[in-house]
Amino acid sequence: MFAALANPLRFMAFSRWAAPILGLAALLLTGAGLTLGLSAPPDYQQGDTVWIMFVHVPAAWAAMLAYGCLGGASFISLVFRHALADQAAKAAAPLGAAFTGLALVTGSLWGRPMWGAWWVWGDARLVSVLVLFLLFLAYLALRASIDDEAKAARAGEILALIGLINLPIIHFSVEWWNTLHQGESILRPGGPALAPVYLLPLLLTGAGYSFAFGALWLARTRAEVWRRRATALALQAALR
Amino acid sequence: MTPLVLPGGKYALYIWPAYGVSALGFAWMILDTVLRARRWKRRAERLETER
Repeated sequence: MFAALANPLRFMAFSRWAAPILGLAALLLTGAGLTLGLSAPPDYQQGDTVWIMFVHVPAAWAAMLAYGCLGGASFISLVFRHALADQAAKAAAPLGAAFTGLALVTGSLWGRPMWGAWWVWGDARLVSVLVLFLLFLAYLALRASIDDEAKAARAGEILALIGLINLPIIHFSVEWWNTLHQGESILRPGGPALAPVYLLPLLLTGAGYSFAFGALWLARTRAEVWRRRATALALQAALR
Repeated sequence: MTPLVLPGGKYALYIWPAYGVSALGFAWMILDTVLRARRWKRRAERLETER
C-alpha cells in the first residue's frame, strides 16, 4: 500500500476519490455523534458541561493522530528520501496545530466551570498538550524560515522525530503524575468508565474528527504536490 | 420579547463557545485547504499549458 502510494501519480489518482469519501464519512459520523451527544442527559457530576467532551476529546485525539502522521511521514522522508512523504509531513502540521488549538481552547472552556480555572500550569496533561501545540508551531516556523526546501525538510524531520517522545507523555501523563485532568476513561483495564450514552457519541465524533483529518490531510498533500510542480515548472520557464 | 435561552442551563456560557470555536476551526481548515489546493492546481496547470 505504502509502496504503491509513494508514487505521486498513483497518490494523486488515489487521493482524488479518497479525500471526498473520507470527508463525507467524517460529516456523517460527526453529525451522528453530535446528534446523539447533545441529546444525552446531563452527567451526575459535570451536568451539561459533559457536552463539551464531544468536541474536546475528538480534537485531542485528532491532534495526536496528526502528530503521529507528521512523525511517521518525517521518518519515511528522512530514511527513504521519499519526496511525497515530506509533502505529507508538511501538510499534516497546520492541521495538527489547528486540532491542538481546538483541544486547548475547548478544554479551557470545560475546565473553568469544573475546576474553577481556565488553565493550570501544574497539570501535566495540559502542559504536555501545550508542548504539542508548540511543537507544531515550531515545525511550521522552522520550515518557513529556511529557503532551501531540502534543508528545511531535513530540519523539520529531525524536530518532528524528537517531538514524538511527547505522544506517550501526553497519553500517560494522567497516570504518571497527579493531575486535575481526569484519568484514562476509555482504554483502561476493565473496560471504559464512560456510560454507553456518552461512549457511543464520543466514539462516533472521535472517528468523525479522525476521518476529517484524513480527508484534509490528503487534500493538503495534493496541494503541496501541485505547489512543487508549479515551482519546478516556473523554474524551468525562467531558465529557458 | 422572549429572550433567547440556549440549552445547557448555567453552563451554556461555556458549552456553546466551545462548539462555536470548533465550528470556526473546522471552517478555517476546510477553507484554507480548498483554496490552497485550487490555487496551486490552477497555477501548475497554467504553467503546464504555457510550456
